[in-house]
Amino acid sequence: MYVAAKGGEKAIAGAHRLLAEERRGDPAVSEIGTDQISEQLGRAVDRVMTEGALFDRKLAALAIKQAAGDLIEAIFLIRAYRTTLPRFGYSEPLKVSDMRARRRISATFKDVPGGQVLGPTFDYTHRLLDFALEAEGGARDHSVELHSAATGDALHDDPGPMDPMPRVLDQLASEGMIEDSEAPAGDVVSPVGDITREPTEFPADRDVRLQTLARGDEGFLLAMGYSTQRGYGRTHPFAGEIRMGEVTVEFMPEELGFPIEIGEITITECEMVNQFKGTATEKPKFTRGYGLGFGHVERKAISMALVDRSLRCRDLGEEAGAPAQDEEFVLSHSDNVQATGFVEHLKLPHYVDFQSELELVRRMRAEFDAAQEAKEEIAKPEAAE
Amino acid sequence: MTAVQSETPRAEADSGYNFAYLDEQTKRMIRRAILKAVAIPGYQVPFASREMPMPYGWGTGGVQVTAAVIGSDDVLKVIDQGSDDTTNAVSIRSFFVRTTGVETTEKTRDATLIQTRHRVPETPLSEDQILVYQVPIPEPLRFLEPRETETRRMHALEDYGLMHVKLYEDIAHHGHIATTYAYPVKVAGRYVMDPSPTPKFDNPKMNHSPALQLFGAGREKRIYAIPPHTEVVSLDFEDHPFEVQQWDNACALCGATDSFLDEVIMDDAGKRMFVCSDSDYCEERRAAGHVGEEGVPL
Repeated sequence: MYVAAKGGEKAIAGAHRLLAEERRGDPAVSEIGTDQISEQLGRAVDRVMTEGALFDRKLAALAIKQAAGDLIEAIFLIRAYRTTLPRFGYSEPLKVSDMRARRRISATFKDVPGGQVLGPTFDYTHRLLDFALEAEGGARDHSVELHSAATGDALHDDPGPMDPMPRVLDQLASEGMIEDSEAPAGDVVSPVGDITREPTEFPADRDVRLQTLARGDEGFLLAMGYSTQRGYGRTHPFAGEIRMGEVTVEFMPEELGFPIEIGEITITECEMVNQFKGTATEKPKFTRGYGLGFGHVERKAISMALVDRSLRCRDLGEEAGAPAQDEEFVLSHSDNVQATGFVEHLKLPHYVDFQSELELVRRMRAEFDAAQEAKEEIAKPEAAE
Repeated sequence: MTAVQSETPRAEADSGYNFAYLDEQTKRMIRRAILKAVAIPGYQVPFASREMPMPYGWGTGGVQVTAAVIGSDDVLKVIDQGSDDTTNAVSIRSFFVRTTGVETTEKTRDATLIQTRHRVPETPLSEDQILVYQVPIPEPLRFLEPRETETRRMHALEDYGLMHVKLYEDIAHHGHIATTYAYPVKVAGRYVMDPSPTPKFDNPKMNHSPALQLFGAGREKRIYAIPPHTEVVSLDFEDHPFEVQQWDNACALCGATDSFLDEVIMDDAGKRMFVCSDSDYCEERRAAGHVGEEGVPL
């Protein structure tokens, strides 16, 4: 019974037993291994790592198993674990230009140095259920054939020796057609913020905004980005470059004084090219929106880049008013662990507050009735006359 | 055979689905919307867009329109950015091959039905052809007024002042109209219409075209049309007449100076090449002996 939840230790223990039972499902069906989740539900693992803000496939797979596939719950588990980890310091900035890219596309140019590489993608598959996958042993997915047939010669997905892949936006930058990605030399550069160590203050700078968006809920950013495309704060976006692959992480221990490689992570990066009409003092040029996430998280990276660009409206002196341009609105509501906690807290007992409300509403209703009666009393003799 | 029964698919089509994927009732619903759209040129007809096996924004509107009008003796061409070999065009073409078994072509002249994204073919179309456009945002006033209730009222009252003010502001700020694609047009002297994100270079081709032009927007659930031989005027001002893009270059492969050119980056030193966006047009010119600066005779 719900009422027993107040201090009902027995009830809680019972509920958790039921949860464990439900998570396991029919014991006649073999139990799923975390290695199977990591290998075969990779996109779920990637999302949990990105929004959980911790690159660890094993832990993310475990969280997904423990959360019975509820990804926000899994993200929550990872965040709660992450917070217990000691911090050694910050890595060196990733050299994304040196990525061993497994996928790299540009929507702005038909061909680019290094080529368009489709890589593993749902794009151009037909969303027809493949019933062969239902069969045990998993027959070969025919969409795979379709996909490779669609790539043709021009779009090689053979991972052989790769041509260098200079950044597409650098091409525009060399012509001065797009704003610089780095602060001009000589500018005072303030240290990068850290939202896990400092509470966010508004107005926030772009470093803090990007960190918040990187761990923000995919669905929320998707909807926010989508709203800009539908006219609520239009930014004229083009996907200049999307790349996914492996990059090396370097760390500089203070005692060594030079950076050492500590591992490799998979990331997805999206560099958006957006229009900027210029001002009285500035030439028209293209501007940037940026998205980055762990693993293969393209939807997230693209959405993030759209929202990043929208939130730059203030810096670029643009008219603002749409939800996606409202920094405080976006940053305060993008974190799904915060959001789910507060939304779901409505399940907690609120007897005391509700009792006060009950009492108040009863009193107001009584007062309303009394006032009505009094009015009628006054009206009566007049009606008689 | 009654009207709702399936058309007989060709032998090579996937027998698990109806001809052209959609069921016959759905096709009739879409055809009714198309007929209404043809009867009121440029007017956006709402229709009960279906979930399709490709994502919204990737041509679901165009695919539904094509599925509703395609017959087993049609010859289909699918282009994206002017080219038959772009990935999404390949994907959509293979979808229709799989679900209809119709003959396909890359030649504009040979096609009876052309589905396109972002371009109108350079080769002039004929009365025997239908051009189906994939439309992401059908509402030309959307970026001036995000609310559908408002924009429908504006269309009903022919209240296009806001659009003219926007174009005027462009001229005031930049000295010219700063819209290069999805450039608004007025159809048959009544409705302002979004030509879909085709470059404005293609707008003149829509005017008095002998082909039927159909526009499908799946996510936004709208169909609109330009019937054959209909006046399509790009919005402008007397002292700032509409102009299309010009290039300093000719196509590097076929030497064309009258086609829309794509810029291709050749290396990281900034070397560029300009080539026809319409791959069939380029091919046809090269076959006829035209050679561009970097082309080789076929």
